[in-house]
Amino acid sequence: MGKVGKPEKLIENNKRLDGRGLEDMREMSIEVGVIKKALGSGTFRFGETYALSAVYGPKPFHPRFLQDPQKLVLKCKYTMAPFSTTERIRPGYSRRSIEISKVTRLSLNNVVFTEDYPRTGVDVLIEIMQADASTRCAGINAASIALADAGVPMKDLIASCSVGVIDGTIILDVGGIEDNYGEVDLAIATVADQDKFVLLQLDGILTKEQFMEMLELGKKGCAKVYEMQKNALREKYQTGDLDDTE
Amino acid sequence: MTLSNYIKKLVEEGSRIEKRRFDEFREVKVEKGVIKTAEGSARVRIGNTHVIAGVKISVGQPFPDTPDEGILIVGAELNPIASADFESGPPSEDAIELARVVDRGIRESKAIELEKLCIEAGEKVWMINIDIDILDHDGNLIDAGGLAAIAALLDAKIPKYEDEKIVKGEFIGNLPVVDMPIPVTITKISNKLLLDTNVEEEDAMDARITISSNKDNNLCAMQKGGDGHFTTEELEKAVDLAIEKGKELRALLT
Repeated sequence: MGKVGKPEKLIENNKRLDGRGLEDMREMSIEVGVIKKALGSGTFRFGETYALSAVYGPKPFHPRFLQDPQKLVLKCKYTMAPFSTTERIRPGYSRRSIEISKVTRLSLNNVVFTEDYPRTGVDVLIEIMQADASTRCAGINAASIALADAGVPMKDLIASCSVGVIDGTIILDVGGIEDNYGEVDLAIATVADQDKFVLLQLDGILTKEQFMEMLELGKKGCAKVYEMQKNALREKYQTGDLDDTE
Repeated sequence: MTLSNYIKKLVEEGSRIEKRRFDEFREVKVEKGVIKTAEGSARVRIGNTHVIAGVKISVGQPFPDTPDEGILIVGAELNPIASADFESGPPSEDAIELARVVDRGIRESKAIELEKLCIEAGEKVWMINIDIDILDHDGNLIDAGGLAAIAALLDAKIPKYEDEKIVKGEFIGNLPVVDMPIPVTITKISNKLLLDTNVEEEDAMDARITISSNKDNNLCAMQKGGDGHFTTEELEKAVDLAIEKGKELRALLT
């Protein structure tokens, strides 16, 4: 977590520093309904990256001038806990967190039936409790769970993961040290496991061919995340026989 | 029918309100050195969209993790003078996004040799502030802002620094700028990909993606915006469009 000395190699014999293969994701886990006062909540973990999300609403949207007479408005807030990184982070919003909040909202807007609740707002709060890269992806995954747990009508879930290039090699699910010393970081999110990209943020130099390859790998990662999300929700809400319908 | 629906219908029929091709920009004009008080500056007009970027250079303390490198800071102002949609006050979400997308293109392409901007390691380095001021908003602000920013950097000179002070009006040389990252925004309307959308078209968009490419025609930054999605096929087309148009726009800088 955070910066340590630059390792000589990030990949050796096709294994990454934490022992993962190139296309392995870190261990993921999900909890549903962890904040009792919230309408819905969830957590998502990629290894040491841990995000918590809560949903409040639908409720009358404030400020009023931003109300949409036709639609529900999602209000996303991504923040990092001051203790979530090696160096303490000043609490509250930064330019980075404002940008991430925006792209999170735009991603989630793809699946929420916003027309069903005119003039209302739903607050989607995301707090990164512990950061080891790919925090925006963990946040979006947790928020998706929280929205579903809140019973907000949705077409489907949003699944997110990161893809990177380290030591010239494409890898799935970028960890902290790989983020610090790697060449490229691409955060993506898809609608469920479909070929619909709703988040794309790229840093680093790469060719078009590398980018296309990264998209394919990222889709596989999102499909894995989506599978976990569905299972976690089923586990919580399954009451009787439930067909495995899409 | 709303204007947005009309625009979508036109696009479905293969046409645009300004009669342009989908991949056609409005006239682009770049003019360097337009602000005498800035160490570097540029004006960019894309159709009615008008942007000025100014570079101010000062001396400051380096960041602890890069003690021997200069500092780059990009800011953007959606000036209420430019549009009824812009409000006074602290930078809006859109202004922050614009600045950060432009910043990523410049930073990730390593366009400025920041390691050459150290005065005294751990103590003093050159601080490069690029401020993008939107003066007339008729769409495609990220492309206009990004082009103005790199043009202003190419125009920028490092001041003379003597006895712990900047000597006003005297310069020791050009800012070491070694690449020209160009952001190109691709907007999806009615499942078609359009370049250089105006304000009315942006109101009708499903999604947009800004792709910055460098002088080697590689990608260096990307940001998806808007509510909708892109498919793999659309993204491949978008990358080709961004690289091709990036080449053309880069040619305007030299």
